[in-house]
Amino acid sequence: MDAGTVLPIVWFFIIGFGVMMYVLMDGFVLGIGILAPFAESDEQLDRMMNTAAPIWDGNETWLVLGGVALFAAFPSAYAVMLSGLYLPVLLMLVALILRGVSFEFRFKTQSSKRLWGICFATGSIAAAFAQGVMLGAIVEGMPLESGRYAGGPFDWFSPFSMLTGVAVTFGYALLGSTWLILKTDGALQNVVFALTRPLVAIVVAFMGLVSAWLPFLSSQVMARWFESGNFLWLAPIPLLAIVNAVALWRAVMRRAEAAPFVLALCFFVLGFIGLVIGIWPNLLPPSMTIWDAASPASSQGFVLVGTVIIIPVVLGYTYWSYSVFRGKVAEDAGYH
Amino acid sequence: MTDVTALLLSRIQFGFVVSFHIIFPAFTIGLASWLAFLAGMYLRTRVEIWRELYLFWVKIFAVSFALGVVSGIVMSFQFGTNWSELSARAGNVLGPLMTYEVLTAFFLEATFLGVMLFGWRRVSPQLHFFATCMVALGTLLSAFWIISANSWMHTPSGYELVDGVFHVTSWWQAIFNPSFPLRLVHMVLAAYITTCFVIGGVSAAYLLRGRHVQGATLMLKLAVAFAAIAVPLQIVVGDLHGLAVHKYQPVKLAAIEGHWETKRGVPLLLFAWPDEAAERNEYEVAIPKLGSLIITHDLNGEIAGLKEVPRSERPPVAPVFFAFRVMVGVGVLMLLAVIVSLVAWRRGRLATSRSLLRAWMVLTPSGFIAVLAGWYTTEIGRQPYVIYGLMRTAEAHSAVGVASVATSLIVFAAVYLFIFAAGTYYLLKLLRKGPQPVAEDMRHPQDKRPARPLSVPEESVEMSGS
Repeated sequence: MDAGTVLPIVWFFIIGFGVMMYVLMDGFVLGIGILAPFAESDEQLDRMMNTAAPIWDGNETWLVLGGVALFAAFPSAYAVMLSGLYLPVLLMLVALILRGVSFEFRFKTQSSKRLWGICFATGSIAAAFAQGVMLGAIVEGMPLESGRYAGGPFDWFSPFSMLTGVAVTFGYALLGSTWLILKTDGALQNVVFALTRPLVAIVVAFMGLVSAWLPFLSSQVMARWFESGNFLWLAPIPLLAIVNAVALWRAVMRRAEAAPFVLALCFFVLGFIGLVIGIWPNLLPPSMTIWDAASPASSQGFVLVGTVIIIPVVLGYTYWSYSVFRGKVAEDAGYH
Repeated sequence: MTDVTALLLSRIQFGFVVSFHIIFPAFTIGLASWLAFLAGMYLRTRVEIWRELYLFWVKIFAVSFALGVVSGIVMSFQFGTNWSELSARAGNVLGPLMTYEVLTAFFLEATFLGVMLFGWRRVSPQLHFFATCMVALGTLLSAFWIISANSWMHTPSGYELVDGVFHVTSWWQAIFNPSFPLRLVHMVLAAYITTCFVIGGVSAAYLLRGRHVQGATLMLKLAVAFAAIAVPLQIVVGDLHGLAVHKYQPVKLAAIEGHWETKRGVPLLLFAWPDEAAERNEYEVAIPKLGSLIITHDLNGEIAGLKEVPRSERPPVAPVFFAFRVMVGVGVLMLLAVIVSLVAWRRGRLATSRSLLRAWMVLTPSGFIAVLAGWYTTEIGRQPYVIYGLMRTAEAHSAVGVASVATSLIVFAAVYLFIFAAGTYYLLKLLRKGPQPVAEDMRHPQDKRPARPLSVPEESVEMSGS
């Protein structure tokens, strides 16, 4: 196989990894915001936000990486996806702006603390919903004509994308609540434990609903899962998801502190893999494959060199930064 | 086919979000290096004042950086949402440069920022200094890649066109394209000078009110000393940059200078009113021959006029002409302030001359004005092209409708004004409060056992009870 065949495959996995990292890492931070309305006091919300204050910035950077890596490796997919999903992207960006500045501004004020708390919550909810909608719209497929987006401004709006929008919002809330179990104690931890139990049930239900709907979206997804004995090979994924769901439920019920977060992350990874398997080798269903969308080997190769060297370094200092801030976040916000 | 109104709205939107965005990097590039300097001085001398100043400016930095980050994320998606034709055709070049920016700079800044802002009690002073240096390095690397991508669009090289799509033949030539090195130096100096004048201006304001005298005097001296080197250097770099524009973008240069006819020994226009319909200037105030001298370094050097190319190839003349004069005018004021300050310093009156302190205070936002004016000059000056000479801005637009773009423009305008107003309000509050003595409880781990937190973001800047 030549570089033009292999490089797009490599890049598909790198971008998949980047998106996955983003979903997991910003997922729990957005989850904190989604759960913000359940904080019983300003002090509790302070503490919730303080669990993520030193690391949210780095987490969000994975989204920027996903965006620009798509731009570099698959420029035509980047062009189609973002112009086709113009309004959901707008919603996501504005929501992320409000969420981001709230981290900084909320701690700078007494009089408008409430306002930035509201911005933090609505920004997080809207960003999560917009991301879920975009995911659903991409999986459903985008109409193309000679490699350019050929749909209308509201083509992303469908029952399925609304479902994925809500599902991702609840999913992030679960990541957030299990993160808070890990990072807090006392009264606040009790609050999030109480939230986590229904969240596990809701998220598992949504995962089941999306999985059941998925094969009926296109014959391609149906064929991938159920033709020529594929299901036998792919069966471990749904099976693992079920085992994972049970383990997650039990971990929450026995009030384990670290296991719920880890298992919630795993649950997301399995769901993500399940979605990607149905799409492969398309980047944008139904017709733009990774090879159609790929930039030439001169571009993909050039960025690959840097990526392979730098990503491990990024992961290294990200790990270090997390370890600097490891442990429970104290009640008096005495954390910084 | 793209809609003309949608194109116009997208251009307004891009101009708006990029103008908003550039303000923050221009400030944080300089501020990050300033903080690294302060942290380094504290580490070397262990004199408290350095740490007081560090803990003061790091709060300013945190707010500015947050605004820079959120507006920067919008930028990285704008290319796809509104300029998808540009993305599809030039993504092979621009995408990799921006990816390298995220890989080498964005992650570095964002991750070490956490330790810089919140890690004071959790890591040693050495490690904390290292984190600050990494953030500063990140801001500079970020400038490197972004200016490279921008410069490539001005002076594309190292590419071939295959079916209208740009393919890179030499990454070295594409990254180090002809206008890149000088533009990078020009921009980084501009960022440093912008920050320098904010520091000087804030110090002057304190001195005028008799507050924080020790710290303010120290900072003002540092600002004057730095500006005394950086401002003249910037003028030299700007002049060299002008020569490059003359060579690679003669039409832009003609618009900057307001020259319609190709002539030898052209004057330098201090003021004029360019009339694009009549293709001439009104109310010219000029110095003979100086234009040729500056641009060609020869009194009788020839400079091409706008009439060399058809109207469809010309940028809008008046905005370019005036933006350039604003930038240079601000630069001249800065130079004057530096000269007067050096004289006052020699006479021992730097921190006491009220008129001089007032001048510094007035010049606090001067760098921002010059940076914006400079970017307007260069970006409007390259029109009607988005990739100079190769791809027109009108060809670059997405197939999105007027309604969508109008919606996004209104939403971005509202949200940006809201957060900009809030950010400015909190920054002014922080500045009004000023540097505070370092409390016992803000020691590094080995200085003292931890008691209370370093309260970078949590410290309310409002008076209690408000």
